[in-house]
Amino acid sequence: MTDITEVPSPFCGIGTDDLTIRVEGVSLKVIENGCAVNTPAFEQAITDTSARVDGKEVSLETAVAKAAELLKNTKLPVIGGCATDVNGMRALLALADRSGAVVDNINFTGARNNFLALQDSGWMNTTLAEVKNRCDLLLVVGTDLEAFAPRFFERYLWNKEAMFVQDTSAREVIYLGKAPSGNASTSPNGQKAQVLESATEDLPEVIAVLRALVKGLPIRATSVGGIAVTELQILADKLKSATYGVVTWAAGALAYRQAELTVQTLSELIKDINDRNARCSGLPLAGKEGDQTANQVCGWTTGYPARTRFSRGYPEYDPFLNDTNLLLDSGEADALVWVHAFNVNAVPPATDLPLVVVGRSGMTFSKEPDVFIPVGTPGIDHAGHAYRMDNVVAIRLKKLRDSGLPSTADVLNAIEHALREETVC
Amino acid sequence: MLTRLSGGLIVDPAQGLNGTLQDVWFRDGLIVSPPESGVLPDADIDVSGKIVMAGAIDIHSHIAGGNVNTARLLLPEQHRNFMARKLGHAFSTAHWSSTETGYRYAQMGYTTVVEPAVLPANALDAHLQMADIPIIDTAGLAILGNDDFLLRLMRGRASQNQINDYVAWTLQATRCLGLKVINAGGANAFKSNVRSFDLDDVVPDYGVSSRQILQTLQRAACEIQLPHPVHVHCNNLGMPGNVDTAIATMEAAQGLPMHLAHIQFYGYGNDGDKGFSSAAAKLIDSFNKHRNITMDVGQVLFGQTVTISGDVIAQYSRRNDASPSKWVMWDAECEGSGGAVPYRYQQKSFVNSLQWLIGLEIFLLAEDPWRLFFTTDHPNGGPFTRYPHLIRLLMDADFRLACMAELNQEAVAMSLLKDLKKEFSLYEIAIMTRTAAARMLGLHDRGHLLPGGIADIAVYSKQADKEAMFTHAHMVFKNGELVVKNGVVQLRLHGCTQTIQAQFDPHIKRDVQAYYNRFYNLSLDNFAVGDVSFNQTDGERFMMHKCGQPYLANTLVETK
Repeated sequence: MTDITEVPSPFCGIGTDDLTIRVEGVSLKVIENGCAVNTPAFEQAITDTSARVDGKEVSLETAVAKAAELLKNTKLPVIGGCATDVNGMRALLALADRSGAVVDNINFTGARNNFLALQDSGWMNTTLAEVKNRCDLLLVVGTDLEAFAPRFFERYLWNKEAMFVQDTSAREVIYLGKAPSGNASTSPNGQKAQVLESATEDLPEVIAVLRALVKGLPIRATSVGGIAVTELQILADKLKSATYGVVTWAAGALAYRQAELTVQTLSELIKDINDRNARCSGLPLAGKEGDQTANQVCGWTTGYPARTRFSRGYPEYDPFLNDTNLLLDSGEADALVWVHAFNVNAVPPATDLPLVVVGRSGMTFSKEPDVFIPVGTPGIDHAGHAYRMDNVVAIRLKKLRDSGLPSTADVLNAIEHALREETVC
Repeated sequence: MLTRLSGGLIVDPAQGLNGTLQDVWFRDGLIVSPPESGVLPDADIDVSGKIVMAGAIDIHSHIAGGNVNTARLLLPEQHRNFMARKLGHAFSTAHWSSTETGYRYAQMGYTTVVEPAVLPANALDAHLQMADIPIIDTAGLAILGNDDFLLRLMRGRASQNQINDYVAWTLQATRCLGLKVINAGGANAFKSNVRSFDLDDVVPDYGVSSRQILQTLQRAACEIQLPHPVHVHCNNLGMPGNVDTAIATMEAAQGLPMHLAHIQFYGYGNDGDKGFSSAAAKLIDSFNKHRNITMDVGQVLFGQTVTISGDVIAQYSRRNDASPSKWVMWDAECEGSGGAVPYRYQQKSFVNSLQWLIGLEIFLLAEDPWRLFFTTDHPNGGPFTRYPHLIRLLMDADFRLACMAELNQEAVAMSLLKDLKKEFSLYEIAIMTRTAAARMLGLHDRGHLLPGGIADIAVYSKQADKEAMFTHAHMVFKNGELVVKNGVVQLRLHGCTQTIQAQFDPHIKRDVQAYYNRFYNLSLDNFAVGDVSFNQTDGERFMMHKCGQPYLANTLVETK
């Protein structure tokens, strides 16, 4: 039995790195600084340790060879999930290049709300250490922040000491849209967060009005999405008078069509505040289970985020057409490789196509894949690198136990090599 | 394996060779003296009549890190692809990719490139990206001067020794080769809502000026004996009249070594009807008086690019010039800030034409290739892929005049350039892009063709059109391996990253850790730079260089 301290998590996206984990054989127990997101993710038991082909246990080599054989004559395989560490993504992209596949991260449809706003007009953002040391007003838009990252407030807002905030407990938190599910946002001095509640689908209207108010435009309506315009006026004034205001949202929580316009309006609102001689920054929440990692590595490898196809021998980005589900539904795809090293519940979409799953041990299927290769989880079974939500910081993940499970990179690299031998170079 | 390149015309300023017919021998990746007569090479490569130089070195090019990746993701429409890669050369035709970066540098005969802006919190990211740049060697310069840790030390009147330790520790932790300072204090002040920042402006909350920060860091670089002088991005980038800032910064250097980056962006006067004029002559006059100063140009070339910089004050101030109209700013981890602003330099524009003219004026007026370096501040002035065009501009006065005819004539009328007839020689190009560059970086193992140097060699076919000559090298060897032939990449080698080994009192790590525990959010070890490559161990990846005398060109005796 060993206790490992200062364990970083690849699961929550906010760079939690103070977990203490007790290791007994291959079982893990979070004994300090766990949370509803991280604890079950670390404690998930290993079930499968050997690969399967057609439901029968086989050696890793056999499974790899079978996977390569399935991919050999495909025209448009899709590599979905794409939830792994930096080396896993490197191997994944090499396999995509080799097989002419489409690469699509599991959370891209949510992340697309951010990418489309970024690629149309840009934004002004900040990072977690700046929030921790400078933020005096946090506006949370459309997101149950403590469900997303249970320890966000403890680590980044209610820290005892900050370099530029005298009394951190006097920081103000305001929710717009969704109300919080718990009390993590209540200040240590008992001050509860203000909640301006509206239905999620009313947010486009609410935020458009908020931006108009920031710009000093007249608003005739007295209420929008159930929120009094006078309340929004107070919020606009607070944002304009904050020393270092921060606006945060989770792109995936804005689950309605064209939510990129909401992200864009928010980002433009932040720019408007900076134009009015005040500081305000955005803080997009993300980074769970390798989603930032996928986009970062794909970014430097191909120039594009992780919804990119290689079928013509060069990367082509399309945030809509390269969607896994669309390609499966349309019949364009002819095989699916599903890669998810973090979450046993993140199973592939139902399909009758040849299916190779490179997944976390413990994953169960309603329909047995043609090939299943259980892999270790980065930060548990092997070391690796993962990007945090704010992209600036990559974290070194630790190996906590000897499970004997291969890494995603090992497996995908082996499939790529096997495919290399099967195709004439 | 022993190789001979025979019959080439050697241009190697380190040996004073200027087109001399001489063979070059190398064995297992290193250049060796010609063996005794009778010894035959294992491979004899005929390069008769070709120009043979050391591999080129780019001292300032943004090729990796958070800003670079953000720019990629911001501008997908600017790097759409259309050409399939050859099998086995994955991603090599993907524009702006790490692979393409390595390939295209190698095709031009470049073998070492320095990423000049590594934010310590972003160092792991930068190294992960650099590890995926094939063929060429890389190095990073670590940014300090806007980080709260340093400013707290200075506010608390820490000793210079403590600051020296912090700088040396930072270089070790970030695995960088040198020290970069970007608008010292400006990015920190921006977070406190300051929108302009001059050399004597004071950072809010800290009571220290930009000048004090710069001088403190410069002194640290000298005292810990960094061969590469502190690499400075001055205040007031891009502002009319900022030549005075550049000259004030030269004076602030107090006779100690200092490198001023992309100085074209500081060669600006404020004369004339438009309040914008060339101050290249004034700048160079001061440069000639300050022999302790080195500079690189940061030439502007026309076309679409994106500016990426840690100077958030400058970037934010020109957000409304973004073309296309989108931009990104960010504050980063109590260490700095940055911004990406796409931009199109246009010949019809008075300002852009003048920028182009000023850069070339600086090149041609300086007359000291040992202290003036060849850059476009990729991608800020223009992409590195256009270096051959810039070489032609320097080597061909008639070509310059022809290009000037296409410019905004109001700008041309204000410029000296039409009267500058100087044409750079191959020898001078080799000094700027090889010999002096290596020496200024403290990389003694390259930039020359002397025995003991690594066999990074570029062979060019002589051509009247120097742009064509330098676009596709005839052959390029990296560590003795043939990586490019007839301008086509043959072999996807792994490069490695150059680092400096500076000494420090280990106590500094405790101080940094205590600060991190109080104000940061990660344990130091959890974002340390390590295991960055998919194919190499850290031992293979990182090459150490020793500290020593900072580069001072005027102390060197050169034979020409």
